[in-house]
Amino acid sequence: MFTAIADMYRNDKRFAFGFSVLLVFIVIAVASLFAPYNTRAWNTVPRNLPPSSKHLLGTNSIGQDIFWVALVATKNSLVLALIAALISRVIALVIGLLSGYKGGIFDRIVMIVNDSFIIIPLFPVLILIATILRSSLSIPVLGVIIGLFGWAWDARLFRSQILSLKEREFTKTAVLSGLKTYKVIITEHLPYIVPLVMSATINNVIWVLGMEVTLSMLGLSNLNTPTIGTMIYWALQYQAIFLEMWNWILTPIVICVVLILALYMLSTSISEYLDPRTRLQMMKAR
Amino acid sequence: MFKKFFIPRLIQYFTVLFIGITLVFVIPRLLPSDPVATQLQRMTAQGQYLDPAAVEELRESLEELYGLKGGMLQQYLSYWKRLFSGDLGPSFTQFPTPVISLIKMSLPWTVGLLLASLSISWIIGTILGGVKVSFPNSLVARAMELVAMGMRPIPYYIMALVLLILLSFIFPIFPMAGGYSVGSKVGLNMRFIKDLLRHAFLPILSMVVLEIGGWFLQMRNVASNLVEEDYVVYAEASGLPKSKIVFRYIMRNAIIPQITGLGLNIGFIFGGALITEIVFSYPGMGTLLYSAILAGDYNLIMGINIFSIVGVSTAMLIIDLLYPLLDPRVRYQ
Repeated sequence: MFTAIADMYRNDKRFAFGFSVLLVFIVIAVASLFAPYNTRAWNTVPRNLPPSSKHLLGTNSIGQDIFWVALVATKNSLVLALIAALISRVIALVIGLLSGYKGGIFDRIVMIVNDSFIIIPLFPVLILIATILRSSLSIPVLGVIIGLFGWAWDARLFRSQILSLKEREFTKTAVLSGLKTYKVIITEHLPYIVPLVMSATINNVIWVLGMEVTLSMLGLSNLNTPTIGTMIYWALQYQAIFLEMWNWILTPIVICVVLILALYMLSTSISEYLDPRTRLQMMKAR
Repeated sequence: MFKKFFIPRLIQYFTVLFIGITLVFVIPRLLPSDPVATQLQRMTAQGQYLDPAAVEELRESLEELYGLKGGMLQQYLSYWKRLFSGDLGPSFTQFPTPVISLIKMSLPWTVGLLLASLSISWIIGTILGGVKVSFPNSLVARAMELVAMGMRPIPYYIMALVLLILLSFIFPIFPMAGGYSVGSKVGLNMRFIKDLLRHAFLPILSMVVLEIGGWFLQMRNVASNLVEEDYVVYAEASGLPKSKIVFRYIMRNAIIPQITGLGLNIGFIFGGALITEIVFSYPGMGTLLYSAILAGDYNLIMGINIFSIVGVSTAMLIIDLLYPLLDPRVRYQ
């Protein structure tokens, strides 16, 4: 695992970039725990100050230090994305592995249901839920809700891998030597798809981050909790664009774009590493 | 062919409708919030005095409107019955306008935006993907790859917001909001069409920029496998012109997965269109949804949900049924 990471870090610039940026964001998430202000409260600092040594990114119109709010917002958004991604991972793995392994009529029925969840436009459905729950949407609750919907695509992906693994010799050996179904799946198949699960998880995190921003911009989350989305929401509410307070509106946008690009590069780099042909090219280039 | 091709697709179609519409029925009933109570609260909060008997009467009529009368099963059955007669109930903020007529009014804008952005991004992305595979080292192809990789993961909302700030605020080339200028005469004349296009430009651009990358990358992946196929090598060996190989032998075959992708992604792209409309205040279903959220108009939100599910799955079915036209293997099965 660590050798694979070191290998990719050396051979793939995209991986190196994505990995380094992600480390920076993890540092940011940890640093946010030392915020000197209460980032949920308003008017803790003077309003509308330009960037200075005391307030690195200035302050906004609701009296918050933009730098520290941005750090906390980044942490909260990442936590939310991780909760959602973990939940949808569990669902996707269970469905993908079971359906792929069992096959037959079970697989067909499960896949019809699965594909329905791919086709149904999730955005309006999530809005329906969020409008009803609006006031009680804390970070974990929102994470769980988004997680409960974002699994269908990946379940299909995992299933297709299991379908090909199932035909290999070692599966038959395991089955004939009397291993139980869940044991075959967990000990024999799961290790093979770990890298695929990783790249799919990163893509899911990207989707959740975007969904959080979108729901918050509609006012459909707990607006007192700083996240990337609620930061943009308040900036727009106070007309940051027309007042040309670029330090306020651009900070969350830049964080969001850099974070998502870094994650995306990580995931493409991992999924290309999975493809033996590109790995061969990498070895040749060395 | 009918049995093998159409039946599974029809089963899929009806399953999507059943699951989606049931979901819309179940969600509000599962969540710990009473829409009727919220609605009543909203009315009393506006300072109206209502005596208890009137409140009770109001509650009953609201329950009937929401379809909350009777047991769960009874509610569910009457819900379907209402849907089959095309009745999505009235909108609460624009009472008594039926939800369906509000949706009908905004539908053409959304469909227009979707069709324009989908066709532009799909065609350009597909062609560029094919070009990239055929001429992997050309400068244009490599630049395109870089741009595609960089744009693809950006959320719709962020892209639309950045374009809005850049091209209608900092450089005020395009209008900030709306589908056409206020006060312009609606009609089929050059000036109105020009105005319409000017307003549609940014929403379309923002969707096209994001989607082009996806089609490009998928085409590249599929086509790069095809290049190694025997029939392509044979075509090259027999000295066919490169353009003929690219368009007739590689692209034609790679288009099938592109169509599948179109079907599977249409729900996601539809969501993107709603988001883009909200940012640009484009008068389609997205903006309608936004106004429903602001007003807490559950009925309208539910109506838009049901309508999106029906619309998207029907679009998916139509795309699926195009298969036999494009793929001779399906046609002669």
